[in-house]
Amino acid sequence: MSGPVGKATPYIDGVQKATGQAMYTDDFRYPNMLYVGLLRSSYAHAKIKNIDIKAVEADPAVAAVAIGKDIPVSFGVLPISPDENAMAVDKVRYVGEIVAAVAAESIEAAQKAVQGIKVKYEPIREFLNPADSLETCAPDEQIHDHTKNGKNIHKTAELRFNDPEKEFESADFVRKEKFKFAGVTHAFTEPHSTIAIWNGDETLTVISATQVPHYLHKNLSKVLGLPIHKIQVKKPTLGGGFGGKSDPFAHEMITAYLSMKTKRPVKCTFSREEVFITNHGRHPTDIDMTVSCDKKGNITALDTDVIIDGGAYGSFGVVTSYYNGVLLQGPYKIDKFGFRTRRTYTNKPQCGAMRGHGAVNPRYAVEIVLDMLAHDLKIDPCDLRMKNFLPENTLTVGQLRITSNGVKECLETVRKKSDWDERYNKLPYGHGRGVACGFFISGSALPIIWNRYPQTVVHAKLDFDGRIVMFSGASDIGQGSDTMLVQIAAEELGIPMDFVQVEAADTKTTPVDLGSYSSRVTFMVGNAAKMAVEKVRKEMAKAIAKEKGIAIDSIKFNDGKIFTKDETLDLSWVEGVEIAMAGRGAFVESGFYISPKLGGDFKGSGAGLSPAYSFGAFISEVVVDPETGEVNVEKIWAAHDCGKALNPLAVEGQIEGSIHMGLGQALSEDMRYVKGQIMNANFFDYRIPYSVDTPEMDVTIIESNDGEGPYGAKEAGEGPIHPVLPSIGNAIFDAVGVRMCELPITPDKIFTKIKELK
Amino acid sequence: MDKVELNVNGFSHTVLVDSSETILDTLRNRLYLTGTKKCCDEGTCGSCTVHLDGKPVLGCLTPTMRCVGKKIVTIEGISAGEDLHPVQKHLVKNLGLQCGFCTPGVVMTAVPYLENNPDPSIDEIKNSLSGNLCRCTGYKKINEAIQSAAEEMNS
Repeated sequence: MSGPVGKATPYIDGVQKATGQAMYTDDFRYPNMLYVGLLRSSYAHAKIKNIDIKAVEADPAVAAVAIGKDIPVSFGVLPISPDENAMAVDKVRYVGEIVAAVAAESIEAAQKAVQGIKVKYEPIREFLNPADSLETCAPDEQIHDHTKNGKNIHKTAELRFNDPEKEFESADFVRKEKFKFAGVTHAFTEPHSTIAIWNGDETLTVISATQVPHYLHKNLSKVLGLPIHKIQVKKPTLGGGFGGKSDPFAHEMITAYLSMKTKRPVKCTFSREEVFITNHGRHPTDIDMTVSCDKKGNITALDTDVIIDGGAYGSFGVVTSYYNGVLLQGPYKIDKFGFRTRRTYTNKPQCGAMRGHGAVNPRYAVEIVLDMLAHDLKIDPCDLRMKNFLPENTLTVGQLRITSNGVKECLETVRKKSDWDERYNKLPYGHGRGVACGFFISGSALPIIWNRYPQTVVHAKLDFDGRIVMFSGASDIGQGSDTMLVQIAAEELGIPMDFVQVEAADTKTTPVDLGSYSSRVTFMVGNAAKMAVEKVRKEMAKAIAKEKGIAIDSIKFNDGKIFTKDETLDLSWVEGVEIAMAGRGAFVESGFYISPKLGGDFKGSGAGLSPAYSFGAFISEVVVDPETGEVNVEKIWAAHDCGKALNPLAVEGQIEGSIHMGLGQALSEDMRYVKGQIMNANFFDYRIPYSVDTPEMDVTIIESNDGEGPYGAKEAGEGPIHPVLPSIGNAIFDAVGVRMCELPITPDKIFTKIKELK
Repeated sequence: MDKVELNVNGFSHTVLVDSSETILDTLRNRLYLTGTKKCCDEGTCGSCTVHLDGKPVLGCLTPTMRCVGKKIVTIEGISAGEDLHPVQKHLVKNLGLQCGFCTPGVVMTAVPYLENNPDPSIDEIKNSLSGNLCRCTGYKKINEAIQSAAEEMNS
């Protein structure tokens, strides 16, 4: 490749971000704009007996008031579980749920006015613990009417192949272990923010901090009863998502409704506390993990039983339930395999998709259990893993199609670079090394909302000025997808990147894309972009060949020039554009991506299907102070197989960011509730690693070059988080001999375990 | 409401402010200088860092009334025209930013730090940024960018 693909490429919007010019949602303001104030429930589970808005309606600063009954149409990201309302209709299901809203002339007036709304509640039995939600309860105690058998179970996902239970009875080595994981949240830096503008032509424009303009677009139409062609959703610069901005949100519906009602622009921006209350983070999880192997260390069976605490609403929960199981089918070959996940409703803020969706906690469990088995067998944990890796081009037991697979190279790399064989199990007491691997999808092969369209479409426009504009619905959420679009166009047309510009994430001007989640953007949007620009190149070559009387195939595009090898043609880019425009003017070419048909013929076979999978292996070194139980992660060696790294700088950034986020969940992050009230909705008490907490990182990109990815690319946004947590857990065992099966691994837990050991 | 005169990025502004208002809200809402970001609004993340008489302060914890008669510099006042400050230049070049929301605060923390500490080690840089929350980068590329900026400023 002679262009920017594969080269370290700073972001195209980097200067705007570094100078404060980049516009995030809350940075926009419109004439005559109103501000939203939200009244939130102080009860975890209660019937709403009465809402009195009279006093507030009379407030001269208030332009409009809204309550649940004004827009009672339910919504949700998954069409199979649309169980949310913009505001609570008949009852509230968690502390902090939105009950009413006002639009007022200033933020202060809105916040003050909304407190004047009087709500009468009648408390109902609260379900704060998933164990209670698994039991039968009285019908009027159920959190949602639609759950079965009088229980508060949202979803049971279960698959089983080749009777793993039977294998456990006769296996040489079996390990069964219980794990417990606290809920964690995305904690992106930009709080949720939305602006809705009711336009004079009776259309609605919504500017929102969203990872998925498309789902917001569809759900706005449903809730507001507004035809979908009259709604425009735009994502401006976005301050981080990590899955936490991928659902359509209640405040987005409310803001849009208030704009329609008042015919004025309306803005709603959350406080940090509201961001924590909104959550949608990783589910608190209980896992029973059983794995067996033979005397040689070949894994013979795996079965796991998982309970995830979903909170009050569905969100991505059905998908999360499946991902807790199906993504254990790699990177190891396991033919006797099973799982059951039960997702419970509880009276807490809902959980949803977060980086590494559904697979992070079971990955921790299985990698710890494999470490235990390696000790039982007295073989090196790296050797045990090497024995069991899936090969390339194979099917897993549940018929996930594995194509490129660089996991062996990942493990060999970190093993060598970290000098594992000389250090593991040989460091002094208190110092330890641990290894773990990872496996993740590179885009979900099935769309959430079934349709016959491609997964994504990209338009490339060429105009007289020589500029290529890439129109894509893909959402750049900081991962650099806009930069990727420019790199691909510049690569294919042999032009400098500054000839290429991007129009993205606007449902009026950009072709529909399903959004930035499930690590799909590089693979799917990258392929579509490449196809679109290839077509532009062909159209240009066709016109030039005709005018110059030369063969189309002889024409090359490189270095800002259009030429033939024999130099009979030697045009600048702009000269070539002039010829291509003659008699037709500006034109647009379209590229698309459709996932191949994948998967087995059984219920649940669609879960975890992806056109490609990423792999990884990490080694962590920790120092544990046995006197205090404090853990310091000193260094992490990371190797991740992302296929081809289109932008190695961005891939490294994703791996390093994953280490940060994995470290936080492993050691300190914990959504703590008392009686359904979140106790640590701020960065003092919800402890995220800061610069001083961050280990030294040695990052290696492994390029397995996937046959179907654009230039061979797969994903790097989510896969690299999986090995982080268990490599730390296993290193703690190597350091002080205790198995940490409850996250976060806080000093008190280690200290207690060390004391028990003595 | 009080009528006050504020000197921001070398320009004088007369504005009406609430006595309890923070300089973060005054900058964003009254002067429409939105480069300074509101992330936590309680002094935990460093995103709203601005300079008051050359020293970095948290905009969300600084009453506007305390800024009267002092020189306020925001992210908009850092680059001279099109020339990026070396800190900005290396954050861009080294991808010491992803979503970019914490970046103005990182720049406003690092610039005065390097003025007073021209040759810091990576550990010293880490310490100097211990109040700036970044959720994207894992800090490595930020630290390295600031070290490169220091090298450029020293050469």
